[in-house]
Amino acid sequence: MGDFRYWLAEHKGTLLAFAVFVIMFGVYTGNHSAGFSPMVVMTAANKGVLLALVAMAQTLVVLTAGIDLSVGMIFVLANCLASQVVVGDTGQTTLGIICVLGAGVLCGALNGAIVIYGRLQPIVTTLATGAMFYGVALWLRPVPGGDVNSDLADALTDQVGGVPTSLLVLLGIVALVWVPLRRSEVGRAIYAIGSSEPAAYMSGVSIDKARFTAYAVSGLLSACGGLMLTFITYSGEASASIGGSYTLNSIAAVVIGGVSLFGGAGSAIGAIFGAFVLRTIGDLLFVFDFDPLWQPLFQGVILLLAVTLGSFRLLRLKNRLDLFG
Amino acid sequence: MTRTLPDFVTRLDKPVLAAFGCIILLLLLGSLYSSSFLSPEYLLQQLQVASFLGLIATGMMLVILLGQIDLSVPWVVTVGGMMSTAAAGWGPMGAALAIPFGILCGMGMGLVSGIGIAYLRVPSMIFTLGVNAVAQGLMVLWTGGFAPQDHATDTMHFIATGRTILNIPNALFVWGVVAAIAIFILTRTTFGRAVYAIGNRERAAYLSGLPTQRVMMLAFMASGGLSAAAGVLLAGYSTKAYQGMGDPYLLPAVAAVVLGGTNILGGRGSYVGTIAGVILITLLQSMLSVMKIDEAGRQLIYGAVIISMLLVYGRQKKAG
Amino acid sequence: MSDGIPLFEMRNIAKAYGGVRALEDAQLTVESGRIHAVLGENGAGKSTLIKIMSGVVQPDHGIMRLDGTEMRFATPKAANAAGIVCIFQELSLIPDLSVADNIAISGAPKRFGLIDRKAQRRFAEEALARAGAEDIHPLALVKDLPLSRRQMVEIAKALGRKPRILILDEATSALTAGDVAKVFTVLKRLRSEGLALLYISHRMQEIDELADDCSVFRNGRHVASYLQGSKSRGEVIEMMIGREYSHVFPAKPADGKAGAPSLEVTNLAWSQRLNDISFKARPGEIVGLGGLDGQGQRELLLALFGVLRGVSGDIAVGGEVRNLKNPRAAKAGATGMALIPEDRKTEGLMLPMSVKDNLTLPALDSLAKAGIIDRQREKDEVDRMVKLLAIKAANLDIPVGALSGGNQQKVVIAKWLMIGPKIILLNDPTRGIDVGTKQEIYQLLRKLADEGATILFYSTDYDELIGCCDRVLVMYDGSIVRELKGAEITEHALVSSAFSINETQAGERQIG
Repeated sequence: MGDFRYWLAEHKGTLLAFAVFVIMFGVYTGNHSAGFSPMVVMTAANKGVLLALVAMAQTLVVLTAGIDLSVGMIFVLANCLASQVVVGDTGQTTLGIICVLGAGVLCGALNGAIVIYGRLQPIVTTLATGAMFYGVALWLRPVPGGDVNSDLADALTDQVGGVPTSLLVLLGIVALVWVPLRRSEVGRAIYAIGSSEPAAYMSGVSIDKARFTAYAVSGLLSACGGLMLTFITYSGEASASIGGSYTLNSIAAVVIGGVSLFGGAGSAIGAIFGAFVLRTIGDLLFVFDFDPLWQPLFQGVILLLAVTLGSFRLLRLKNRLDLFG
Repeated sequence: MTRTLPDFVTRLDKPVLAAFGCIILLLLLGSLYSSSFLSPEYLLQQLQVASFLGLIATGMMLVILLGQIDLSVPWVVTVGGMMSTAAAGWGPMGAALAIPFGILCGMGMGLVSGIGIAYLRVPSMIFTLGVNAVAQGLMVLWTGGFAPQDHATDTMHFIATGRTILNIPNALFVWGVVAAIAIFILTRTTFGRAVYAIGNRERAAYLSGLPTQRVMMLAFMASGGLSAAAGVLLAGYSTKAYQGMGDPYLLPAVAAVVLGGTNILGGRGSYVGTIAGVILITLLQSMLSVMKIDEAGRQLIYGAVIISMLLVYGRQKKAG
Repeated sequence: MSDGIPLFEMRNIAKAYGGVRALEDAQLTVESGRIHAVLGENGAGKSTLIKIMSGVVQPDHGIMRLDGTEMRFATPKAANAAGIVCIFQELSLIPDLSVADNIAISGAPKRFGLIDRKAQRRFAEEALARAGAEDIHPLALVKDLPLSRRQMVEIAKALGRKPRILILDEATSALTAGDVAKVFTVLKRLRSEGLALLYISHRMQEIDELADDCSVFRNGRHVASYLQGSKSRGEVIEMMIGREYSHVFPAKPADGKAGAPSLEVTNLAWSQRLNDISFKARPGEIVGLGGLDGQGQRELLLALFGVLRGVSGDIAVGGEVRNLKNPRAAKAGATGMALIPEDRKTEGLMLPMSVKDNLTLPALDSLAKAGIIDRQREKDEVDRMVKLLAIKAANLDIPVGALSGGNQQKVVIAKWLMIGPKIILLNDPTRGIDVGTKQEIYQLLRKLADEGATILFYSTDYDELIGCCDRVLVMYDGSIVRELKGAEITEHALVSSAFSINETQAGERQIG
């Protein structure tokens, strides 16, 4: 089947991340005392989905050959906002959710506007806006606490017929946000500008529109993550360290998920599995009775090894100028 | 004199002047709030605090000039602090070698980053992130497993907090020496010239016969060493090393370098600008906290000020 | 020419880049149903002309009319919308997207607002078929295709936009002989369908076969337009070269150089691109590298300079075999090699850095003690070079990017002269610079040779090879196929030896 070969080539990174995750998760559940039980899967899913959403957000910006250091802070901001507004009866809760997601879009749009119209580099822009978003989060929730519609929270962190609801939520977001975007002209333009902006310009692609969409949708996805965090913890907390660690882990997840940091190649689906892989590493150590103290080191070494694997291509390099891209 | 003066003036390009202008503006605005912002004591205190950031920003600037970034700052700072205090626990010999040992460990981490980025060609954004995680892992293991000694030596404490000459903080002297060396290296040595050349276009630098990969590796080593040195000082300042002590330094370091007019894509920037950026960031943080603006407002203003300053003078030329 | 309103015309178009005039008072008239060839040397202004037509750059003044209506194209998108589509030399394909995505990049078929992949694929297959490239799979990623296939995709993409005027800028340069034949069939069919085609090529026989009308440009000016076949080849070449060209070269020394070779290359090979290359060059000699573009000349220079990995064979400098594993080793004292690279903007210079800093880069080690730069010596050396090459710069601290192209190229050469090179490798150093600077460079090369340097000079411009070189090595497909000496170096000999293998094996080997 000729088509299959090309499909495989296009999704190599995603499939690899998926395979690594399946193996790791298999080993994990295989060695877990409770085995492949709904409870084990649910706990893992709830943890994984949060990072997966933030990693998806990061993917969009990375695809345009940018980087978003504010995803973690938008995530925290959404968490704090949700712990204020996603309460009360159904109508109020719905309004609250819309409000939280809208705030995410707004944050992303601000990033996009500064990068496009202010012509600042994404890395410095998002570094500074990240501080601002964190400030807003703190203002919304100076001390950890707050509340959330507990019926909804329980429902979204539970399971339906053995499948964790949080996974279904993630699936829904993929189906409603990622898939349509990937298949739209704007989505293709996002890939195009990341792959080669001059070629995209020559081809008449709407560059500004695509870039703006990428940042705005990125904000939306981070906010989805923050909302889920609220449902899991039933509270909000403006923590710089949570924000920072989600930002950094999202970059790692994106790379493990096969998304190129140079832009233009990869998929948010890959990033989701990259996030799951990152989260499973910790669990793996746990079931093998490793001293939990070893976990961060193990995680770091795995990350370094994973990103170094690509360097094997250097051995095949014939022209040293190709080193410099 | 006639030759050095115009040299010096031309090197102070617009962003650098703008950064110094912002410092003055900040002080003037502050003095409207309270005259103590202009008191020498307050300013000296700020410079002392700025010294820690100054060391880190020096390394960060080197790396950014190369067109790279060093995200391993948080835990390499901690490595510096923890390893020096650990050495202090190994008898008098250890105490004597505490400072160099801490710095050496940081250089080791920088060496790993440098090899990965210069020779294995992994993007620095992700490789230094990995090194940061490894450093964190090592430190967690170290503090968790052994309950090590974490108290700074008297020397460290003295360097970080003491004042010897003219009531000037010792830490400021340390930064002064580092700054002098950095300026010398960047403007007067082949290494410095190579750093700028690589940051502009590594391909052309390589074809000019420069040892581009070695320079890049050394720059990351320097960055690791300087971060660790800041960690040593910080441990001395608060008399002990602790997890997360480096967390608040990554973003301000990048911001200081960029506000000082260094191009985030590499190749352009002067150390004088970085000095301005460091002072600017430190003053901004300190004044916001002195004015009793709550943390939320501080963060908001902090981010907004950085963005607006960059919008005024840090924009890249429009492509095409 | 038809008597009605022409499909498209350009009048009095002028364009300058940073003071350097690329086009001046240019005219062009394009009729539908005809193939119009644009001829001219490198730097004659052809590229600028089509960039203006297709909306990539804006003219400084002049007017364009489509169907008699005055037009201005702010972007390539606007030109496309008007029916003008260009196939650029530098590919406009997006490497990480599939062939189908690229072909339908603007205006993909949609269903419910989303790209209809099935319809898009059909569309792409149709376009590929129209271009005669059915063998390319629409789902393949462009970055995985070889250059010749990409060029076919580029043609298919242009056809997919249903152009009224199709511009092909050296569109066949990377194609295999088989593909060229296919493309020609396609182009002739398009002509019969009423399209206007603008065809830019350096290959005279292609123009003979295809063109109906021709326009010749020289130094940014329109020289003449004529019906194909109404002028002899000699007349055409004369128009392209012009008269001012004949006396720019310095006199060559009468006698051949004797003495021990300073550079001796034996059985050099690399990958599939360089095969069994052996030659010698002596001090005082200017040895040219000839042949069609892309026959391994660039790779040979890079191999000598230590850039390529896995090079077999020996490179002896001054009678000693050297192991050159990077440019640093190649430039070092005993070897003393310098490479003036092809693309000064990405390989020769750091554009934002000052003229001074650029000049001293290769020689920095010799200007420094223990890594510390001796500023007085640096200044002296810089001044010496600026004087030697008559580099015109307001001052030496301005970015080198602010200089004109010719002065930039002088900086690239000067920075290497500072190390006092014994062997100078030049990769097409006069591309895109003005005639005056070219002349200065020719004089300089001869002077350096007379002072004892060995010069290896690759040029795509045959006149330069004829005018400057003592010997020319003609390359084809990674090998040296012929050596021309002294009076043997003529345009005829260069062209015929560049193509000689071609004529016998045209069907099986790649051109270009």
